Amino acid sequence: MYADGARFLAPRLRSKPPPVGTGRGVPEAPNEIDTPVMEAGHLTDAAPTAMRGRLEERLRQSPALAASLILIAIFIALVIGEGLHDVLQTTVNGLSLGAIYALGAVGLTLVYGILKLTNFAHGDFLTFGAYMAYLVNVTWGAPLVVAVFWAMAATALLGLLFERTLWGPMRRRRAGFLQLILMSIGLAFLLRAVIQWFWGTEIRSLDVDNTSSVEFLGLRVGETELIVIVVGIVVIAAVGLMLRYSLLGKRMRALSDDLDLAETSGIDTKRVILYTWIFSGALAGLAGVMAAATTNIRPELGFELLLPIFAAVILGGIGDAFGALAAGMVLGVMTEWSTLLIDARWKVAVGFVVLVVVLIIRPQGIFGKAKAI
Amino acid sequence: MSSPAAKSAPAQARNGALLDVDGVFKHFGGIQAVNGATFGIAPGSITALIGPNGAGKTTLFNVVTGFYKGDRGAVTFDGNSIFRHAPYEIAQRGMVRTFQITKSLAAMPVIDNMMLAAPDQPGERFMNLIVRPGAVRSRESEVREQSMELLEVFNLTQLANAYAGTLSGGQRKLLELARALMARPKLLLLDEPMAGINPTLGKRLLEHMQRLRKEQGVTFLFIEHDMEVVMNHSDRVVVMAEGAVIAEGEPHEVRGDQRVIDAYLGETQEDSTT
Repeated sequence: MYADGARFLAPRLRSKPPPVGTGRGVPEAPNEIDTPVMEAGHLTDAAPTAMRGRLEERLRQSPALAASLILIAIFIALVIGEGLHDVLQTTVNGLSLGAIYALGAVGLTLVYGILKLTNFAHGDFLTFGAYMAYLVNVTWGAPLVVAVFWAMAATALLGLLFERTLWGPMRRRRAGFLQLILMSIGLAFLLRAVIQWFWGTEIRSLDVDNTSSVEFLGLRVGETELIVIVVGIVVIAAVGLMLRYSLLGKRMRALSDDLDLAETSGIDTKRVILYTWIFSGALAGLAGVMAAATTNIRPELGFELLLPIFAAVILGGIGDAFGALAAGMVLGVMTEWSTLLIDARWKVAVGFVVLVVVLIIRPQGIFGKAKAI
Repeated sequence: MSSPAAKSAPAQARNGALLDVDGVFKHFGGIQAVNGATFGIAPGSITALIGPNGAGKTTLFNVVTGFYKGDRGAVTFDGNSIFRHAPYEIAQRGMVRTFQITKSLAAMPVIDNMMLAAPDQPGERFMNLIVRPGAVRSRESEVREQSMELLEVFNLTQLANAYAGTLSGGQRKLLELARALMARPKLLLLDEPMAGINPTLGKRLLEHMQRLRKEQGVTFLFIEHDMEVVMNHSDRVVVMAEGAVIAEGEPHEVRGDQRVIDAYLGETQEDSTT
């Protein structure tokens, strides 16, 4: 299957006239750091030759810098074309979407990094969180704050439950990559079916104020959206700090980096794996509630978010938690920017486009560090 | 606190061996990779494990350290059965290994690679971050100090904040040994420590081994193909062939053993093709 894909791609890559400064576009060695073909070509237009060389060097060293430059270039182009106000307005909208992507992506990427499990049911974890919040917030009439914590706890428990009953036993039987993927897809359908069984397919919404909004520098932000942005950024920062500095976070990253080495270092892998599921589930639950609060609740909620979340995971470098956080935000903002140029109904496509482009140009992700073998 | 309770009854460790491997079997499909291997390691010794390629040395390492679950047999470490236990449990008991292909947490700084390997850190429990932040922090600074001391010993101090992925192969070998020592091991299992490194560094590694044994009483078991290293730097040699131990003894005894010559040492001269 992969061999066919490679053959399909190869002639196209070869027939394309290489942009200036490439040949590096296609990685020669897995640990080589590459500049994506795009911006190498992009920069050559203006910069003089000597500076170009140095810039190219810098960009190859730091793909994240290159990605930021692309982002800034797109921003400037949009401001020139569409006006500052519209661009800023969509940026604000993008922040709330980005926070949802980021929180969904960080859990997915950690589970993949640590367990090598591509959890297609992750989207339905978001849906589950949303319905749990609905249960508490609307059915039982409790305040939204309570509903948020309940949704996070319930989704974390759901993650733990599946680890205990499915993933753990499957790992012990040395289930292959494909079996695990198929199981997670089955689980995704199962979760959605169970949710539909309880709540039906009708569109519901949380008890939130979706009409009042705040004016700020001429930008209009819905109150709920503003709360989602603030909570999202605070939680993302907290998650980032936790992963960077706490021992538990470091151990999660250590397991994700090399499970065998982590084990021989005496790290209790079982415990870290349980924490990872709690972490991944709670964040998915939160992201689900955030999505439910800014839009509405339907059984497809999480599944529709799953592809952009996957795109964020890949853009950030698979298994890289910081990358996923940053890429989620970037993707959310880019998705909203796209509504300036295309009909808002098609904005979801941005995730697909980014996914495909990144996989072709830089499969290790823009934010992924070059890893030596 | 975090070390698992010794559930298993003290087993029949023969004549005070630190590690006792008794009749261990492990197969993959139809291949019997380890076929009743039996040997013991005395505390404070440096033992070399030799044998032709495919003799089951690395598989035995994996079974002993819990990375593979053995089919049957008994492995006793420091008086406790560790057969089929989880790798981290075994590591926490004081048996730490390295890998044939050097491993490091490439995406983390050297200092974090070191600090993660330290045992008994309250920070590994999420609640402790909230309930006992003081204990978490004081243990962390203790661990950091130990890490820096060890890095100093291995001349890696100036690389403490470099990402492990950027280290050279030799530096990573040193980091691996330093990291293994962070776990305060009683027994270190080294899988081909000299493979692919230059003679100067190899000599330094051997010196480190000798010194660690003398100063901290660390016991070593290492897989090695270089017979000169084996003869000059080990107290005992265990020879494996076809999954079983065919000879065991002091280097000069083993060298003269006819079975060893047939199975391993002589193979280069006689070119025995089967």
